[in-house]
Amino acid sequence: MTAAPETPAPSPAGPVPLAPPRRLVGVTVDGEEIRVPEGSTLLDACEAKGIDVPTLCYGDTLTPRNACRVCVVEVEGARTLAPACSRKAEEGMSVLTDSERVRHSRKLVLELLGSSVDLSTTPGVPEWNERYDAEPDRFGPRAEPAPLGERDARHAGEHGPVDGAAAATVEQPAKDDNDLYVRDYGKCIMCYKCVDACGEQWQNTFAIGIAGRGFDARVSTEFDVGLPDSACVYCGNCIEVCPTGALSFTTEFDMRREGTWDEERQTQTTTVCTYCGVGCNVTLHVQDGRIVKTSSPHDNPVTHGNLCIKGRFGYQHVQNAPGRDRVRGVGESDTRETME
Amino acid sequence: MDLQHLDTPPSDAERAAVDALLGPPGSAWEGGERTGDDLRRADGGQAARGRRDLLLPALHAVNDRIGWVSEGALGYICRRLTVPPAEAYGVASFYSMFAMHERPKRVLHVCTDIACAAKGSDRVCRTLRERLGPPGHGPGAAHGGDDAEGGASEVAWAESPCLGMCERAPAALAIEAGDPPGYAVSAPADPDALCTPPAARATDGHRPATARATTFSPDTLAPLPDEPPAEAAVPQAGDPGLLLLGRIGAVDPTDLDSYRAAGGYTALRRAISLGPSGVIREVTDSGLVGRGGAAFPTGRKWAGTAQRPEAPRYLVCNADESEPGTFKDRVLMEGDPFSVIEAMTVAGFAIGAARGYLYIRGEYPLALSRLENAIARARARGLLGKDILGSGFTFDIEIRRGAGAYICGEETAIFNSIEGLRGEPRSKPPFPVERGLFGRPTAVNNVETLVNVLPIVRMGGPAYARIGTGSSTGPKLFCVSGTVARPGVYEVPFGATLRDLIGLANTGAESPPEPRAVLLGGAAGGFLRGDELDVPLTFEGAREAGTTLGSGVVLVLDDTVDLPAVLVRIAAFFRDESCGQCVPCRVGTVRQEEALARLSGGTGDGSDIALLRDVGAAMRDASICGLGQTAWNAVESAIDRLGVFSDAPPRRSLPLTTAAPSTTKEAP
Repeated sequence: MTAAPETPAPSPAGPVPLAPPRRLVGVTVDGEEIRVPEGSTLLDACEAKGIDVPTLCYGDTLTPRNACRVCVVEVEGARTLAPACSRKAEEGMSVLTDSERVRHSRKLVLELLGSSVDLSTTPGVPEWNERYDAEPDRFGPRAEPAPLGERDARHAGEHGPVDGAAAATVEQPAKDDNDLYVRDYGKCIMCYKCVDACGEQWQNTFAIGIAGRGFDARVSTEFDVGLPDSACVYCGNCIEVCPTGALSFTTEFDMRREGTWDEERQTQTTTVCTYCGVGCNVTLHVQDGRIVKTSSPHDNPVTHGNLCIKGRFGYQHVQNAPGRDRVRGVGESDTRETME
Repeated sequence: MDLQHLDTPPSDAERAAVDALLGPPGSAWEGGERTGDDLRRADGGQAARGRRDLLLPALHAVNDRIGWVSEGALGYICRRLTVPPAEAYGVASFYSMFAMHERPKRVLHVCTDIACAAKGSDRVCRTLRERLGPPGHGPGAAHGGDDAEGGASEVAWAESPCLGMCERAPAALAIEAGDPPGYAVSAPADPDALCTPPAARATDGHRPATARATTFSPDTLAPLPDEPPAEAAVPQAGDPGLLLLGRIGAVDPTDLDSYRAAGGYTALRRAISLGPSGVIREVTDSGLVGRGGAAFPTGRKWAGTAQRPEAPRYLVCNADESEPGTFKDRVLMEGDPFSVIEAMTVAGFAIGAARGYLYIRGEYPLALSRLENAIARARARGLLGKDILGSGFTFDIEIRRGAGAYICGEETAIFNSIEGLRGEPRSKPPFPVERGLFGRPTAVNNVETLVNVLPIVRMGGPAYARIGTGSSTGPKLFCVSGTVARPGVYEVPFGATLRDLIGLANTGAESPPEPRAVLLGGAAGGFLRGDELDVPLTFEGAREAGTTLGSGVVLVLDDTVDLPAVLVRIAAFFRDESCGQCVPCRVGTVRQEEALARLSGGTGDGSDIALLRDVGAAMRDASICGLGQTAWNAVESAIDRLGVFSDAPPRRSLPLTTAAPSTTKEAP
């Protein structure tokens, strides 16, 4: 028997590079030069410079949709502002991140969203409102929430009479049609992330899409059928990417309604899902000894924050097990230490 | 794709409507009968998914025949085209001409936009409301409300944005689902005839739909009258000096020989002798810029597309004319359809495209019929298809019909609409010349722009460039409507003043009404005062005057017009037509309408004007596309130039915001 030809050994100097090195391009951000790899976005350049740019519809695991426009920056010489999350850095580009125009548009985006959407569970908003002097209440009192299903029945290109006495909102009762998660579209800013995660960017299930048009645009299943009748596979990857809490675990939704949801009292433990051999990371959020929701690290190179129904929602058995008290014990102590 | 489809089966008529477009289903996977063969066959991959662009035509097929899109019909379309139902629902519900709830077969679209409102569309609406009940397509429209006798009416009606029939305002369009679908235009609208319940219409259901020459029945819906000929909208018709409108009224728009006898297809012959780069050179030398509103140099666009290495390349003719007050492209397509086809062929030859798409708005059934006929005749004569005029050049044109969405006239939204996606604009870069339709290099040109190419090729670019002024070359079509004696499409060389043009439209009038204001460029344009009529009608002249020519709208308003109400209508238009993708436009257009409603209703104050400026600046600066960026133009010009709301009380309450307006002009 002859020995199989040896494969060339990887260089001992370090990991094998996965892609050819990228050229660097020089851009000026707020007057300071910075060199970033070609293909980087202006948001990457800002982050490299330590400049905090607010984002809402940007998702670290998704292709930018640049729909919310809260991350706009001023590119010198351009007629309009550019979304930092998707505009690629080009050699010689000069960018302002805190000019009067930028501040004005960011403030207005926060005000327009704040006046039309319930942002009470969106992280970052109170701080940004303060930074940009945003006053979402200045458009007048909020209109009454729409009854369930009314927004879904609206016809494109039509709206009722407007007298300006109240500011229209997207608020409506939450859609609670299954045991696992709740869709509270009164909190939806139309970032498109859940649709992209459900569709071709991750899950390829296509249970939801954007329906309607303009202010009446909404995330919807076909003909607004309930999730159990839709193509939904309950992977929960939409919840993972939702930036506003419009999509949440039923456990979280119920606890928030009861007033018992308290992130201060929660621990997060990242472990490995045991259902199959893929080995996805799951992060268990535990409050008072009970798992209250599951997320997944976005920087995992295999799963990028995605799970299936088992990893996402199949934790109940842990709590049903005879040794359930032990789990509660874990939650009460420092979880990380115990797990390690 | 492993798709989960709806369980509801289609009705026989729905299935037949879809099959007439797509042919019979190939297997049970596509919604056909299940046979043993299906067990040993798998469908999928690119072949199954690659027909997504037929989604919009398929939705039209159902909506045309049934009048609305049911769960069964949508589900069947999804199976046939391998489209996820949630996405197809998102596409169908994007367009205002599709209904997702049952409604009567006959639907009246009553234009309530600026030109029609100035001519009394509210009276039409009042009558329809009394006779047919409240407007709408939504649930409940199934029985169209109650008619005068208390029974369910057979006609639904809805208020519509501009129907592009401003010269005959107030206009209404009746569309009746059937096989074939029928239509009629009532302009000036006759509410009595519109309300008359439809008589049973003869159908030609025995004939396969594919054998039909046109989508719509050539017979006008009784009892509405036939439409007047296109030349009725061209007061200058018969003037031998007209370069663009010359054939309208002089040739039979349905007859290719008539077109050729009037000089048709000489430009294509000359283009072929010049070669593609020769044509692009002439167009570049002519100084032609886009007539759709953005005024981008056509030669540069074509050269950019032709230079791209990727293939295939596409040509898109943007006939989604929807800017309120614009009807020039409709008149061109109805009166001289072969010129649009010839011009597209020349353009396709220049950029090296083998396929052109003509995207026409859904509210133009007559123009659609004329173009369908023109394409069929050109194809039959070898003027479309393989080896055109023996040149070896292959080119064909496919018509795509919009379904009621102004935004689809945006140059990238039109691609998404053709591809079977929601008509949402894409972010630029990349630009269409790099990545356009189906991700390929694409030149997208307005109808009027393309029609200009014919005289350019015939007379040569430099000769054409001598028409007009130095930087605005050629003739320009203007859509004059409102309070003028002879509304219609006018062709004047660039450089004429607004006063000249309005004078032309008042020729013969004894004492033409004094204009109080002119809306120039449409809802996305701006107002001029009655004493500012000496503005030269050139791109640079309009720019200097702080306004835009846009798509060539000249809407003349006199003292009888309620300007605040016009502004509320413009704001409502942008709210209805926003695609909803980006926040500044989606919510900003709503807040703009609310503030204008307060101001026009007398409950607003100075803080509302400050609020309008704030919202307007953000829409202009931070919206994705031109719709949001221009949604505040007309309102701003009305406040600043016309002094509308200058008598609004100063803020009554404590200021909620700093009053300093921060428009883009003043920003650092």
